[in-house]
Amino acid sequence: MKKATIQLETLTCPSCAMKIEKAVKSLDGVDKDSVNVTFMSSKVKLEFDDDKLSVDTIEKTIKSLGYEVKKIQIKD
Amino acid sequence: MLRFILSKKNHITLISGILIAFSYFSEFVLKNETLFKWPMIIASVIGVIPIALQAFSALKVKVVSIDVLVTIAVIGAFIIGEFTESAIVTFLFLFGAFLEQRTLNKTRSAIKELTQMAPENALKQMESGEFIEVEIDEVDVGDVLLVKTGAKVPVDGTVLTGEGYINEASITGESFPVSKAKGSLVYAGTILENGTLQITADRVGEDTTFGKIIELVEEAQDSKSEAERFIDKFSKYYTPAVLVLALIVWIISKNLELAITILVLGCPGALVIGVPVSNVAGIGNGARHGVLLKGSEVVQVFSRVDTIVFDKTGTLTIGKPKVVDSKLYADDSDTALNYLVSVESESDHLLAKAVIEYVNNPEYYPVGNTDVIKGKGIVADVDGHRVAVGNLALMEYEKVNLNKEMRDDISRFEQNGDSLVLTSIDGELNVLMGIRDKLRPDVKKHLQKLKALRVKNLVVLSGDNQATVDKVAEELGLTQAYGNMLPQDKSEFIKKLQKNGHKVAFVGDGVNDSPSLALADIGIAMGSGTDVAIETSDVVLMNSDFSRLPHALGLAKATARNMLQNIIIAVGVVLFLLANVFFSEWMNMSIGMLVHEASIFVVILNGMRLLGYKLR
Repeated sequence: MKKATIQLETLTCPSCAMKIEKAVKSLDGVDKDSVNVTFMSSKVKLEFDDDKLSVDTIEKTIKSLGYEVKKIQIKD
Repeated sequence: MLRFILSKKNHITLISGILIAFSYFSEFVLKNETLFKWPMIIASVIGVIPIALQAFSALKVKVVSIDVLVTIAVIGAFIIGEFTESAIVTFLFLFGAFLEQRTLNKTRSAIKELTQMAPENALKQMESGEFIEVEIDEVDVGDVLLVKTGAKVPVDGTVLTGEGYINEASITGESFPVSKAKGSLVYAGTILENGTLQITADRVGEDTTFGKIIELVEEAQDSKSEAERFIDKFSKYYTPAVLVLALIVWIISKNLELAITILVLGCPGALVIGVPVSNVAGIGNGARHGVLLKGSEVVQVFSRVDTIVFDKTGTLTIGKPKVVDSKLYADDSDTALNYLVSVESESDHLLAKAVIEYVNNPEYYPVGNTDVIKGKGIVADVDGHRVAVGNLALMEYEKVNLNKEMRDDISRFEQNGDSLVLTSIDGELNVLMGIRDKLRPDVKKHLQKLKALRVKNLVVLSGDNQATVDKVAEELGLTQAYGNMLPQDKSEFIKKLQKNGHKVAFVGDGVNDSPSLALADIGIAMGSGTDVAIETSDVVLMNSDFSRLPHALGLAKATARNMLQNIIIAVGVVLFLLANVFFSEWMNMSIGMLVHEASIFVVILNGMRLLGYKLR
């Protein structure tokens, strides 16, 4: 399991956070309980299995919803 | 494609605004129906595109967002030929979002200022011995770094060589230069005002004090209270419910216009944004004033506190006690003092430090069979004698006889507000010392402010003798004072208060009172910025600054009030709109959207007031 902290563009509506949360949770390899999208600091924090899922896929999923990804930090 | 259109949202808003203005100009000045109608149609179409795209992406992940309601409403209006309505609704929705973003950014600025203080570069010593500028991520623990005048300290570290003055405002909120020399600790995010330092990195990145503070503040701002979680759940079902309501109204009344009006009016915008905005502004204000409030729930509970319990040493006093009075009863007082210092050097108690500091050039003896008697003192063998060092209870325990002179001295010391350290050698009292700790500056004034904020009980608990504690309480105007308290007595006392229905805050330095900090409804740590207490408490006063306490309480109360106002505004507006749609003639989609967007704007502005909050 790896821990990712993703800095997004500034989110403007709380429902954006909800959308991103649902989309990220639906990915295979993501620990659903660990997903936390924070509205005010506009960050996504999650744990995922890097054998099943690449960071690129997570990034693409968020981008396909129309949100910009600014920075990704990965920790073991 | 999606992102391209969304990135042009502001342009679309502008164009649609111009089109609407032009179309009204055509109607009233040019009196031309065609030139009125077509700009409205174009404005509707280009305006609804970004909204519809967002609605679609939300539906894909099974979220019924506000965009969905608005998109359906606009398309509905378009179908029944209400082009003016559809154009104005899309424009107002887009323009509202634009204003929302602008004002939200202002609200978030408090935190942004904080994160922007995070260091980005460092001058790192390479193998050649040269210092080269690298990105902060490339610095590891143990690296040697150079900090020049005017630069930010990049990591938490220890000064290796050099001298200088550092402004530690980013950690302590206190903006005056602190002198640093070899061996001093320096903190990431602080600024070297003059001098040059070489430091070794002890902690880097998120592990630094500054990194932890940022993380705590960020988490606090996004944390949710019970009420907020309820609103979240509520709005999850609320939006689809509005959709269903509109559908039912349409089926029953066959009035499409009424149905789509309900869609627009039902948007829960102000409700979902109102509470987080108050939260972020309140916590942001605290972060700038040396107060860390850990989350929205903390704010709520703290605002209802009616009893504040203080630890004495290190909280009301500065925590650096000194021997102010002493009496020697032994024939050979030098030896007695040497025995005393030898025993005290085994202890790390604050009073022991004061005693060691007081005795000049002591001679140390080997100490054996050391026995710490909890809440009383230490007993040990020194040079073939049994030496007991501690309070009056220890003397009783050791069955030491006190003559009248001694008893008089003891009560005089207590009257003066001293803590007592008594030393007996082989059952005879040899030394009596009175130790006093200075009160923090202006404590009395700050306690008065707390009373003005309607805190009913101000209580001090201490391990010191009752007379000393009474003296402090009298001097400061506290309502209750209890001495001779062991740490477990303190937590028992807090439990009792809670049982009697009080909301209790406990203020301590976190050294030996962590059970009380955890047990109280609100644990307030006097943190020097590095303590573990930062992590276990609910509220942290940076740099152990007592003057922040009234500000913290006032701010919590103001924030809780602000949240309530925002909830009332949001719910009130929705109820008002829905009532009017059924019972009045003048309500329509455009007016509904205008009022709705205005209410969002009002709750954000209301929340922003907290950024400037100051205790009067």
